[in-house]
Amino acid sequence: MAYVAPSPRFLPWLTRKPRPKVVAEGDKRVQFSSPVLPYLFLAPQLAVIFIFFYWPSVQAVSSSFYIEDPFGFGSTFVGMSNYTDVLTSAQYRGIALFTVVFTALVTLFSLSIGLLLAVKADAVIRGSSAYKTMLISVYAIAAPVAALIGMMFFDQHIGPFVEVASWFGWDMRVGLSYFDTAFAMIVVAVWKQVPYNFIFFLSGLQSVPVSVREAAAIDCKSGFRRFWTVTLPLLAPTAFFLLIINVTYSLFDTFGIIDVMVKDKAANNPITLVYKVYEDGFRGNDLGSSSAQSVILMIVVFVLTIFQFRFVERRIHYT
Amino acid sequence: MASIDINQVSKIYAGGNKAVHSVDIAIQDGEFIVLVGPSGCGKSTLLRMVAGLEEISEGEVKIGGRTVNTVEPAERDIAMVFQNYALYPHMTVRQNLEYGLKNRKTPRSDIDARVAEAARMLEIDQYLDRKPRALSGGQRQRVAMGRAIVRKPAAFLFDEPLSNLDAKLRVSMRGEIKRLQRRLGTTSIYVTHDQLEAMTLADRLVVLNGGRIEQIGAPLEIYHQPASTFVASFIGSPAMNLVQGELHGDRLAVGPSLLTLGGHAPTSGEVTIGLRAEDLRVASPDEEGLLFRLDYVEELGSQRLVHGHVGDQALTAAMALDVALDDEMKFAIDPRRLHFFARETGKRVHAPATAPASQTSVMEVA
Repeated sequence: MAYVAPSPRFLPWLTRKPRPKVVAEGDKRVQFSSPVLPYLFLAPQLAVIFIFFYWPSVQAVSSSFYIEDPFGFGSTFVGMSNYTDVLTSAQYRGIALFTVVFTALVTLFSLSIGLLLAVKADAVIRGSSAYKTMLISVYAIAAPVAALIGMMFFDQHIGPFVEVASWFGWDMRVGLSYFDTAFAMIVVAVWKQVPYNFIFFLSGLQSVPVSVREAAAIDCKSGFRRFWTVTLPLLAPTAFFLLIINVTYSLFDTFGIIDVMVKDKAANNPITLVYKVYEDGFRGNDLGSSSAQSVILMIVVFVLTIFQFRFVERRIHYT
Repeated sequence: MASIDINQVSKIYAGGNKAVHSVDIAIQDGEFIVLVGPSGCGKSTLLRMVAGLEEISEGEVKIGGRTVNTVEPAERDIAMVFQNYALYPHMTVRQNLEYGLKNRKTPRSDIDARVAEAARMLEIDQYLDRKPRALSGGQRQRVAMGRAIVRKPAAFLFDEPLSNLDAKLRVSMRGEIKRLQRRLGTTSIYVTHDQLEAMTLADRLVVLNGGRIEQIGAPLEIYHQPASTFVASFIGSPAMNLVQGELHGDRLAVGPSLLTLGGHAPTSGEVTIGLRAEDLRVASPDEEGLLFRLDYVEELGSQRLVHGHVGDQALTAAMALDVALDDEMKFAIDPRRLHFFARETGKRVHAPATAPASQTSVMEVA
């Protein structure tokens, strides 16, 4: 079979990249008549950031140093003991370990499945737009609905996945068995994230110039090697963006899935750190410990982001 | 190096749209073939079918005697230079040049030698460790050519490689491509819509129109004996004048003017007459000629183009700078330099047994 050029671009607005800001040579800055005016324009945005981000953060940090009375009758300063309690707790470390495994697996699978689907959809010649629309339309389903559908796949009575597992002699008990619950959680979390990654990978693929792919087709016989040496490096900016988004998603946005899966179930179920924050704070009314945990999470995310930008982005070529 | 045979090749797109109609071209080893035509004439499609980037709907393409219809582009032993260079943006110039060789498991020492040679030939040695984005358009073009050269392929395919360059650079790169091709002796197919580029580069020209071949031939042959009104108007600048006329025996009527052909009339009745602007000269007062009304003048420096009308038909003539211009003029032309085309088909009507018009500069007939 001769190589056939992929179809015209799809979703061009997603492929647009921010251009580096160019400082005009003949300094064309707009001057405000009053020095107060720019701050006035900034005020609404600043207020939003302050009220919904900085203020709660400061609250979390400060209350992490206190033990709060569950009924709100006062608080006692305890210094770092909330942190030491949390960090020395074997249970907390177990949850942290699960969170790491969960995040790694969800990110890995949702990225690779999204990429695989995107590559395959991109190569489809006939009826490609129908395929793409079908694959993307999943993303239009509201997250809670998607989570509920995911839950139903693993329902003890009507879940098809449980049924399928039983054919292989796997008596799947989601909500009872630690491993089975973890498995279901990861599958649903991945399933929900794949369309998102698909959209971005697809638009990323379509922003790789057709002629570059054609040049590669002339230079390299193996399609796999071509993908690995030409297409993938050019997809790196998209992949890096998605990596950050997916890690954040696995850490935080899977809360709903976990909640539906483990709520009102027997105690020994896998949960992530975010869910632990919620459990301790709102179920256990231990606001101090909950705050300390969220501060720890904040630091983890902060470090992770810096790491990603310092060490991963450096190796990426932006066209 | 190899010959390329294009046998009855057609391209039919989904929906029955036929872009290339049963094209036949036999390209000899080492020949420089230029496919030229207006946009949409199928020249790029044809090239891409040879490259393997486009499926061949009908017919057969042979490279070096081997049918390659179903062979992958990488295994056709061709190298292609693209209009927008198509360099790999994430690789340095050196990596760009090496990529095709590495994938073919060429020994390291061989790769280094070939890259060094190509870099020297194209004068891109000092850019080898730069990324393409740090290069100018002309430099990128050189890298793209280098990528083709290092492969030492059986054939080079050029897809309008110069159209993204500015006019001055285009002229110098044109010369360079010609020089390189001469030196390497590699069979080449070059696609362009620029007739000047086509004329200057080609060993043989293939003029395409609407997916069909209008004419194949050496540049001068096509210039002097265009096979149709299409070729006549496409090749040469300014375009050949095409006017409607009527032949009565030995006399030609164009609007109100009458010319005597001195036995050079190939047919009779209504014909389309082709006149090159540079073949026209001002007639002496007692001579018969085309009565010309001047509209405007274009100064080209070395000569001037005078635009006007004969009867109600537009005509352009190239005049030397010392020719006095007037609002009403009379032009004469050597009858042997007239081109006759059938009115309906636009095909050339060949003069029976006259001296070939491709003879150069036998101008004045006393």
